[in-house]
Amino acid sequence: MELQQGIFILMGLAMIIAAGLAMHVKDLISSIIAVGVVSLFASLLYLLMQAPDVAMTEAAIGAGLSTLIFLYALHKTKDVEEEND
Amino acid sequence: MIKRIIPAILVISIFFMLLKVMTNITPKYDLTGVSKTYAEQGASDLGAMNLVTAIVVTYRGLDTLGEVAVLFMAGTGIALLLRRKKKKKGSVAKKREASEILQTGSKLLVPIIMMFGAYIFINGHLSPGGGFQGGAAIASAVMLMFLADNSFKINHKVFGLIESLSGMFYVIIGILGLVMIGADHFLDSRLLPLGEFGKILSAGTIPIIYTLVGLKVGTELASIIDNMKGDLE
Repeated sequence: MELQQGIFILMGLAMIIAAGLAMHVKDLISSIIAVGVVSLFASLLYLLMQAPDVAMTEAAIGAGLSTLIFLYALHKTKDVEEEND
Repeated sequence: MIKRIIPAILVISIFFMLLKVMTNITPKYDLTGVSKTYAEQGASDLGAMNLVTAIVVTYRGLDTLGEVAVLFMAGTGIALLLRRKKKKKGSVAKKREASEILQTGSKLLVPIIMMFGAYIFINGHLSPGGGFQGGAAIASAVMLMFLADNSFKINHKVFGLIESLSGMFYVIIGILGLVMIGADHFLDSRLLPLGEFGKILSAGTIPIIYTLVGLKVGTELASIIDNMKGDLE
């Protein structure tokens, strides 16, 4: 039980770090990949918390398809964020 | 300066709100109310080994129909907004070919991923997963084909036909429940015999409905990816 809670906390921290990276990285492709990493850890957490149905959806849609859709959307715009403040 | 202060205040206030929620929470270990009824009667009522599927397809069947409709609206909206434009003559945009590893790997993996997607939704009533998950797996196989081959195109007529027919049959099965069992039995899965618990042909119409949902979701997500890709024709 202790070990499992430790794993949960570690994964939650990894999700927070990846989400922070997604906001702070200047390169938008890295940012999209970081968002995908958040989804991947979320799906692993769902699996560990005995929700395999939700984990499958999160892995396929959150980590897979939406990352690619973001990449396609990025491809149609510019790939560097512009500073305007 | 003020641009930084306001978000900081917001974040801190959300933190205190969540802290209040977190300290007052009492975890529930026993099932109560409707979840108890589902857990106790789901298996004997509907004959589905995966209780989540029994709830999603039968007890909450109308919600699933709504979800499928939402996905359909999203796909239609994307197709409408990102419609392909005809390529002007003379502007031949050359794209970089996919790498050898990606091309060979996709040839190996695409059939396996497709099979796995079909396995997920056909076994929706026995193992975790179901129509949405299987459909997403199939769409990711299509995505891999797009990535590996620049000139790959999906056949829109076939995809549209599969999508609309599976959606139509889904609703027809729902209405058959109304006609054959009685009022307030829309999308009831007990149209067909429940069969032997744990076998692939069991749980009434749940495998059929999930196969239809899987086909619909798979083709829809593949069309969304195709429209997002938005190559000039």
